[in-house]
Amino acid sequence: MTAITLVEAVAQALAYELAHDEKVVVFGQDIGANGGVFRATQGLQAKFGEERVRDTPLAENMIAGLAVGMAIGGMRPVAEIQFMDFICASIDQILSHGSRIRNRTRGRLTCPMVIRTPSGGGIRAPEHHSDSMEALFSQIPGLRVVIPSSPSRAYGLLLAAIRDPDPVIFMEPKRIYRMVKEEVPDDGEALPLDVCFVLREGKDITLVTWGAMVHETLQVAQKLSAQGIEAEVIDVATAKPLDMDTILQSVEKTGRCVVIQEANPTCSLSSEIIAQLAEKGLTSLMAPPKRVTGYDTVMPLYRLEKLFIPSEQRIMNAVKNVLEYA
Amino acid sequence: MSHQTTTVAHFDIPYFCYLDPEANVLQPLPAFAQDSNMLSKIYRMMVLMRIFDRKAITLQRTGKLGTYPSTQGQEAIAVGIGAAMQEADILCPYYREYGAQFWRGVKMEEILLYWGGDERGNHFANNKYDMPICVPIASQTLHAVGIATALKMQKKKQAVLVALGDGATSRGDFYEAMNVAGVWELPVVFVINNNQWAISLPREKQTKSQTLAQKAIAAGIEGWQIDGDDIFAVKETLDKALAKARSGQGATVIEAITYRMGDHTTADDASRYRKPEELVAHEKHDPIKRLKKYMMANGLWDESKEQQLIIEVTAEVEKAVETFNDIAMPTPESMFDHLYETLPQAYLDQRASVMKGDKE
Repeated sequence: MTAITLVEAVAQALAYELAHDEKVVVFGQDIGANGGVFRATQGLQAKFGEERVRDTPLAENMIAGLAVGMAIGGMRPVAEIQFMDFICASIDQILSHGSRIRNRTRGRLTCPMVIRTPSGGGIRAPEHHSDSMEALFSQIPGLRVVIPSSPSRAYGLLLAAIRDPDPVIFMEPKRIYRMVKEEVPDDGEALPLDVCFVLREGKDITLVTWGAMVHETLQVAQKLSAQGIEAEVIDVATAKPLDMDTILQSVEKTGRCVVIQEANPTCSLSSEIIAQLAEKGLTSLMAPPKRVTGYDTVMPLYRLEKLFIPSEQRIMNAVKNVLEYA
Repeated sequence: MSHQTTTVAHFDIPYFCYLDPEANVLQPLPAFAQDSNMLSKIYRMMVLMRIFDRKAITLQRTGKLGTYPSTQGQEAIAVGIGAAMQEADILCPYYREYGAQFWRGVKMEEILLYWGGDERGNHFANNKYDMPICVPIASQTLHAVGIATALKMQKKKQAVLVALGDGATSRGDFYEAMNVAGVWELPVVFVINNNQWAISLPREKQTKSQTLAQKAIAAGIEGWQIDGDDIFAVKETLDKALAKARSGQGATVIEAITYRMGDHTTADDASRYRKPEELVAHEKHDPIKRLKKYMMANGLWDESKEQQLIIEVTAEVEKAVETFNDIAMPTPESMFDHLYETLPQAYLDQRASVMKGDKE
């Protein structure tokens, strides 16, 4: 078995589901012959045909609305929005319809769709190509928001998302599309959609993160380990619904917590985690929790983007600060 | 400076009308005009729709219903849709198609329940696949093309019919839906219920486009304009467009010209922006009067049948209102029942909280 990247794991999961469920349809802009701008759908059209792997006209709102209709009509649509920033044009279809048709019809009609989209910065992309919007979608009842951080989790979580009976926003952190390779058996094994992944166990501090930031966080954890400090690293790969129990259990053990995210801090996923920690886990805290995040600015163009995205050093500083709290 | 030009493309928008406002027959009527049972059924549903509408407005005025959008004056379009669609076709309505919905098995008490603030009104007991009423303007056009794509992929010979208003034709959703319907040759029929008003904005301020039907041309699909108060024009063009869709010949846009005789909704007061003489001028277009006049002139109807029908239909509406009034409140926790197929763990605390309510 050869090791594959995260973006190759996405293609592998799509191919598996296309082969095993005739209801699955993959569509979006430039996803056919071109294989997607990041090659996440590489080779799929040649294998499964233009009907099931189809290029759409250029209209993000249409792509989302089409997915809603196709799902209601009995298919399993997996749509691609080329960059998450452009999903703003489709928010009405996702929020007003996809997420609530089950509720609106008391379960008569349902929307088992997946919208995949590359998210986040760090690849020197042009303007409007680098945002992280997990919080925006985590606000929406009826949706699931999933963010893998490794090839194997991308594979297992995407399979689960496609098979899930409810709509899923599947964010693919493009900065780590090709960062690491892993052997990912093409066995069709899905991962659970409602639990956090504990990537590293530790007793001294809990580091909570997701998406591309998992990598910097694991680096920091390794450096801490060399200094005799054992950090527990939790990957919130399923941002919505949020598995707070795993985080609370960890903080009960460590008493200290830092949440790391690339997105802006105000009303973000880290806000929600810290709020729930205050409500349900305050007595187990030995230090005020901290956040390391992007800023409440517009994601800058690429000359400054590395200053926006939390660096290992910024994470380390926050961790030291929390550890040193009396 | 002068240039020599040639025309590279040329388009026409046909107009269909069989019965003028005085019920004069303008051209040979479609075949179904010979089917007196069908005409009676259509007429009955149009009358029922109007009586239902009046009753719903009364219920709103007496606090028993929330905001309600009236359909008065637009009965031929809704009932024509109901009569033309086959059971297996799928309807994506906006909010003035009650006649079509009733024809397709949706119960009057379900529509009342919906406007009475209860999602259970969208859980149609006798109609599994039609979409519920769509409030965000024009967004339903995209569901229609999505469902049409699914039907086409499943090789089903069914059509999708989506209804929208004149205001909806200004939204991107409509253009995007027509575009994909054209390029993918989807089995879908767009029916523009052009009632001349989008709340307070009159048709001439909505768009410079000479017709709304011609918006189809840029998408490469046929656009027809019809007299939407002439049931013969409505049903005949819908029959053709739906048959065309089912047989794989693609989409059609039908602009049905009508007039909104009421306010936009019960929360609106059209006298703020519409001259009363305009409403009076349009009364002669009333689609119910027009069909009645035709049926009476052809010996298919008389005043005693009319009185009998009104008694029957009024009783039917009253019965539906009684059923609606007897439906118990939804349970508090039911707001969590259909968020997901299985309620995630993360919601359990909130669900427990709503069940407790204000109790300590």
